[in-house]
Amino acid sequence: MRHDHLLSAGQLTREDIEAVLDRAAELDADPGAVGDRYADTLLALCFFEPSTRTKMSFDTAMKRLGGDTVDMGTVESSSVKKGESLADTVRVIEGYADGIVLRHPSEGAAKLASQFVDVPVVNAGDGAGQHPSQTLLDLYTMRERAGLDDLTVGIMGDLKYGRTVHSLASALTNFDARMHFVSPESLRLPRGVQFDLHDAGARLREHTDLDEVLGELDVLYVTRIQRERFPDENEYQKVAGQYQIDAATLEAAKDDLTVMHPLPRVDEIAPDVDTTEYAAYFAQAHNGVPVRMALLDGLLDGNGAGDDAAGDGGAR
Amino acid sequence: MSDPERELRVSKIRDGTVIDHITGGQALNVLAILGIDGDEGVGVSIGMNVPSDKLGTKDVVKVEDRELSQGEVDVLSLLAPEATVNIVREFEVVDKKRVERPARVVGLLTCPNHNCITNADEPVESAFGVVDDGVRCEFCGEIVREDIGDHLAVH
Ligand SMILES: [Zn+2]
Repeated sequence: MRHDHLLSAGQLTREDIEAVLDRAAELDADPGAVGDRYADTLLALCFFEPSTRTKMSFDTAMKRLGGDTVDMGTVESSSVKKGESLADTVRVIEGYADGIVLRHPSEGAAKLASQFVDVPVVNAGDGAGQHPSQTLLDLYTMRERAGLDDLTVGIMGDLKYGRTVHSLASALTNFDARMHFVSPESLRLPRGVQFDLHDAGARLREHTDLDEVLGELDVLYVTRIQRERFPDENEYQKVAGQYQIDAATLEAAKDDLTVMHPLPRVDEIAPDVDTTEYAAYFAQAHNGVPVRMALLDGLLDGNGAGDDAAGDGGAR
Repeated sequence: MSDPERELRVSKIRDGTVIDHITGGQALNVLAILGIDGDEGVGVSIGMNVPSDKLGTKDVVKVEDRELSQGEVDVLSLLAPEATVNIVREFEVVDKKRVERPARVVGLLTCPNHNCITNADEPVESAFGVVDDGVRCEFCGEIVREDIGDHLAVH
């Protein structure tokens, strides 16, 4: 199956996901495996909101593939500041680069961009929408730690605005996963996401308390509850503590629980968890590079073209 | 309702469109879909909450000198699934159709998600897929179930 763009996790089949993860594992073991197929390939990094981590991860991945990147820079320093539309911006950048990685504060931005350009567009986060490349590295980490079948996954925190959550939940419908969503009432999964999950036949339950499910979980995926989402600081203080974990909390968990987080964290995972066997979040962040290498390898046409054996690994 | 003579007496317009069996209370939204606010000078008659055998009460809209396009007819189905559309020329009903739910509606609704890219100043039309009991933005995934008429882009 071939995709020209990676816009949402919903477009990924199990086969697509496994192809990327397998390729990522190959590249992780042998980063030189792609040779110099990407020596003349340029990837544009268009970040309309700051994200040092995701941007660096794509930048590193492209360079490790032997290619290079061009960076739009910050919105403040670009013509976007002068009121240029996203559609115009990406049409101009299409002239420079062989692919576009887009981070944008509005939902649907990557989809819009994809309608105006012929080069592949990768959604690196669109508002509260989707973040599918993050999901691929999340799944890679999960597969390494716990496998991807017969999993009980808890997803906790800001489920309403958490794009990593929306993408992950959508991708997990390809696998035999039981999903437990833990959040304050006001930050529950949006109904559009629920609609897709039910449509895909997902087994899911919602909770306001982690205690209700912690003991059953194989994976606990924690996200940050953003203070700025609450109109009232008191409301935030009321819920915040309920969704923080520390080593003591995890005494009620299974011994082989994997704790994940897309990072950056603030105080939702206490530092005393870092040194436990549960913590997978730093490994998870490191996995961003091989996974994004594999993803780009599938989406971009290396100029050394013709050797399908080397180029058949991605979400095409 | 199947008697064309009776239909004609009810709809005394020379040329235009008679939309019958509109869900009670939706007549003004139907006009909004057509982009008609009375400034065009075309004759518009509205019957609201008219007794109906089929619907209990219904709305009826008659617009002179205006024939609905298929896209307009289709999107009516979201507001008024029972509506029938009669195209009238020279006092004759020349075409009579029941609306069908379209697979998608383009350019007719605005997305209620303020952070949706279609609400930024971009050169795209909104696009909604039609789902079981509502419509869904193809860009941000937002679902609109109730009060679809409130999101008409043609206000
Ligand atoms: Zn939308």
